[in-house]
Amino acid sequence: MVQRRGSAMGRVSAGLGVVTAIVMAAALYMMFIYAPTDAVQGQPQRIFYIHVPIATIAFLSSFVLAVGGIGYLVRRSQRWDRLARASAEIGLIFTTLVLLTGSLWGRPIWGTWWTWDARLTTTLILWFIYLGYFMLRAYAGDADRAARYSAVLGIIGAIDVPIIYLSVDWWRTLHPGPVLFTSGGPAMPGSMFVTFMVSLLAFTLLYVWLMYQKYMIESVKDRVAERQFQLAERQAEIREGMAL
Amino acid sequence: MNALGKISAVAWKDVLTEVRTKELFAGMFVFAVLTIITFNFAFDLTGADRAASGSGALWVAFTFAGMLGLSRSIALERDRGSLDGLLLCPVDRGILYLGKLAGNLLFILVVEVIAVPIFGALYDLPVYRPLLLLALALGTLGFASVGTLFAVMAAGTQAREVLFPVLLFPLSVPVVISTVKAAELALSGQSGEAIPWLNLLVAFDLIFLSLAFLLFERVVEE
Repeated sequence: MVQRRGSAMGRVSAGLGVVTAIVMAAALYMMFIYAPTDAVQGQPQRIFYIHVPIATIAFLSSFVLAVGGIGYLVRRSQRWDRLARASAEIGLIFTTLVLLTGSLWGRPIWGTWWTWDARLTTTLILWFIYLGYFMLRAYAGDADRAARYSAVLGIIGAIDVPIIYLSVDWWRTLHPGPVLFTSGGPAMPGSMFVTFMVSLLAFTLLYVWLMYQKYMIESVKDRVAERQFQLAERQAEIREGMAL
Repeated sequence: MNALGKISAVAWKDVLTEVRTKELFAGMFVFAVLTIITFNFAFDLTGADRAASGSGALWVAFTFAGMLGLSRSIALERDRGSLDGLLLCPVDRGILYLGKLAGNLLFILVVEVIAVPIFGALYDLPVYRPLLLLALALGTLGFASVGTLFAVMAAGTQAREVLFPVLLFPLSVPVVISTVKAAELALSGQSGEAIPWLNLLVAFDLIFLSLAFLLFERVVEE
């Protein structure tokens, strides 16, 4: 289905975009002005408000990718594959952002851009899995094969991510432990916690909005491919007719 | 024929092909030994801490040789059209997967059986420790179980040799870490601490063997 301007879904999408922009602006205000400066880390701590929501989306995307893959293998519907495709692209972007924002924070706080800690390493491996996913799709040839192969990779990748985390965690770890959901409440002042929650909401809205946009782009791409195929068939028929 | 018979029939086909063509084994073996020797120039493998870097060098050598063998063995099937022949057999796809896996596993294990003593002799390390050999065997199983599936996938695309390591390396990180760690602990005589790593390897092997067994059918349907 194509969403024309003025259609119900189009209005919902536009409305969601506006709400996302407003909440995102509020989150930006809160993280830079409202939230107090951290006593130990100083200003660099503020990146936490965007780094953690982005990381959540990066890992959530790998899960949605696997769900799309399973859906495609069971149902064989392009809808599930579109979900996976949309998720992979958003996952790759957000995983890149997690690595970048994490490095920016790590430099002043740890004194290094990078360390081979469990979370960092797992995120980097996840980034390579997303990258492999796109290469696989690009080289797979026809659409069904690309969808099947990438579904298999998506499922295996999503199951592997926790195992990678566990293995690297045993190996060595340095990343700060959980500060949000520790026993005895969040280990931070209330205003910081509120700022974080608003930011998380903003990024969740952004995620939903991006997923919707990307899904629609993919469905239009599918329609274009279908029409091109029909056109080529029609042209072949005409050529045959002329040859006779 | 029961399932085990079918699996060994597929694996036997690979062994027979190899015996007649000799395309895989020699290349894998020489490659593995050359990698072990090259590591001598890259790291200092004569010092007291050579158990740590040596176990890494050994596993990297087997990973590379294994990848070479896996990708070649599947590419040969595709090129000769024998994969289509296999798929036409009235055999469950999962059984075919296990057969191909058994064949690949056999080749890599034979390479290891010959290369491990050479490695031990070259770097003067006590390689005949059951835990070390167990870690290598479990690691090879994990690596080959994902590898066989991905090799079939990569062979179905336009960029097989490029794509195969790109897909396989990130996903086999847990195998690399736990095999190298367990081998290192076994080599330096801290066998007790190697047990958790071996448990992780067993868990990985079971999960990925069953996943690949289930998903193989979806990869080969054309």
